Amino acid sequence: MIPALTIENLSKVYSDGFEALKGISLEVQQGDFFALLGPNGAGKSTTIGIICSLVAKSGGRVSVFDADIDKDFPAAKKHLGIVPQEFNFNMFEKGIDIVVNQAGYYGLPPRLALQRAEKYLKELGMWDKRDVPSRMLSGGMKRRLMIARALVHEPRLLILDEPTAGVDIEMRRSMWDFLKRINAEGTTIILTTHYLEEAEALCRHIAIINQGKIVENTSIKHLLRQLHKEVFIFDCVEKLPDTVVIDGFTVRLMDAHTLEIEVEKGQYINQVFSALDTLGIHISSMRNRANRLEEMFVNLVEGTA
Amino acid sequence: MTRQEQYVAFMTIVRKEIKRYMRIWTQTLLPSAITMSLYFVIFGSLIGSRIGEMGGFSYMQFVVPGLIMMAIITNSYSNVVASFFGSKFSHSVEELLVSPTPNYVILMGYVVGGVSRGMLVAVVVTIVSLFFTELHIHSYFVVVLIVVMTATLFSLAGFINAVYANSFDDISIVPTFILTPLIYLGGVFYSMDLLPEFWANVSRLNPLVYVVNAFRYGVLGVSDVSLPFALGMIALFTVVAFAFSMHLLNSGKRLRQ
Repeated sequence: MIPALTIENLSKVYSDGFEALKGISLEVQQGDFFALLGPNGAGKSTTIGIICSLVAKSGGRVSVFDADIDKDFPAAKKHLGIVPQEFNFNMFEKGIDIVVNQAGYYGLPPRLALQRAEKYLKELGMWDKRDVPSRMLSGGMKRRLMIARALVHEPRLLILDEPTAGVDIEMRRSMWDFLKRINAEGTTIILTTHYLEEAEALCRHIAIINQGKIVENTSIKHLLRQLHKEVFIFDCVEKLPDTVVIDGFTVRLMDAHTLEIEVEKGQYINQVFSALDTLGIHISSMRNRANRLEEMFVNLVEGTA
Repeated sequence: MTRQEQYVAFMTIVRKEIKRYMRIWTQTLLPSAITMSLYFVIFGSLIGSRIGEMGGFSYMQFVVPGLIMMAIITNSYSNVVASFFGSKFSHSVEELLVSPTPNYVILMGYVVGGVSRGMLVAVVVTIVSLFFTELHIHSYFVVVLIVVMTATLFSLAGFINAVYANSFDDISIVPTFILTPLIYLGGVFYSMDLLPEFWANVSRLNPLVYVVNAFRYGVLGVSDVSLPFALGMIALFTVVAFAFSMHLLNSGKRLRQ
């Protein structure tokens, strides 16, 4: 099967000499939900900019569904839908006009453009706001408008650059559901995000980019298996003694009713429960200290810094 | 993109442009009507009646073609420069740049938008001028040809200005310091016969001289320069401006990083 996106040895040096990409290579398969993670300035937006032609590459090769951007960029662009990080529409135009015009730029006749605009604005809960000038929309609505605009020509590959930045939790969840659904229907999705929880919840594969290089490119499951330890927080029913010791585990007393315990790779959480039971400590609830992926991300990024 | 898809993209840009300037008609169409009315009253009626004939016509009849052309030039130029720079400033130009629309379709869409505003304003100003004088068109063909060619040329010039502009100040520098002086010195208000030989020759370096005189020929049948030469010059400037605009779009200069 042809990959949805192939990047080979891609490099970018800006006019001020800054080397944003140092020969990255990447392949995203059709139907995948792919996360591109990295700290600010790592090269994520530059990569997306090159794929969609807003940034000129310095070297390397990019092809979208086998259409090389150097040989047939229009064919590659037809397969692409882009949701950029910054709002990039005319703030004086109505939402419906923005989406219909975008369809026109892809050659969709007006009647079909209007049908598609209605379909996607309705699916994203924006139909009631279609005649509102875009500057009057909330941040979350503007993001959804950009998603509708990117989908109006029904691209096979949708790229979202931080789609849920500044969006409230409820709206973020509804956007996740929508993205999961269109992915299940066959649209390949690549997203960059700062919310690692988002990548873990949505994506099957992940690439971590740092200082213009890919430092990890694997499945989320595989990445999480590499974690050497996890930290759990236990909320205890009774007041805890001044010290709690469990052989083989690092235990920290957070407050009179809370314990933090590190579980290393190869250890079992059952051992912790048994030890706590022996000590007469009763647990009312338990949770992860932090997002597991976040820990992995920090380790990888710090390892390459 | 197929030809049909390119046509759809082109019409989308043209429709968007027309919708834009019609939405803000008090800023785009009305000012020319008011300004030209004042020119007609002051230069045509009040001062013109004391000047007498020029080039064999009343002064009012003499200045009307130049003033109509002035409105076409400023409107076609400012439409494209404001619209394209505005889309660059708001980054909404990216909607077009990420799409498969070919660059020449993008350019033609914006240019036709500018030409349509230039022609619409020309109609408005011509109607206003009929309240002050009678107009007998010498050659409709020449009038339409010159209007379309001039509006195209200055729409392209506006596009080039928009690509290079970094701020809204930059889009007013060219109209204020270059375009307006060239229009005033392009024979709108006087015949070049009135100038000493040296200054008449200097004036021939001004491209607006050819535009104004060719249009005056179409309306009144008189011109300070030969019509074929004037048409040739306008066509030459248009081809150069189009080629340079395409170069800017293809190279992505100031549009892509």
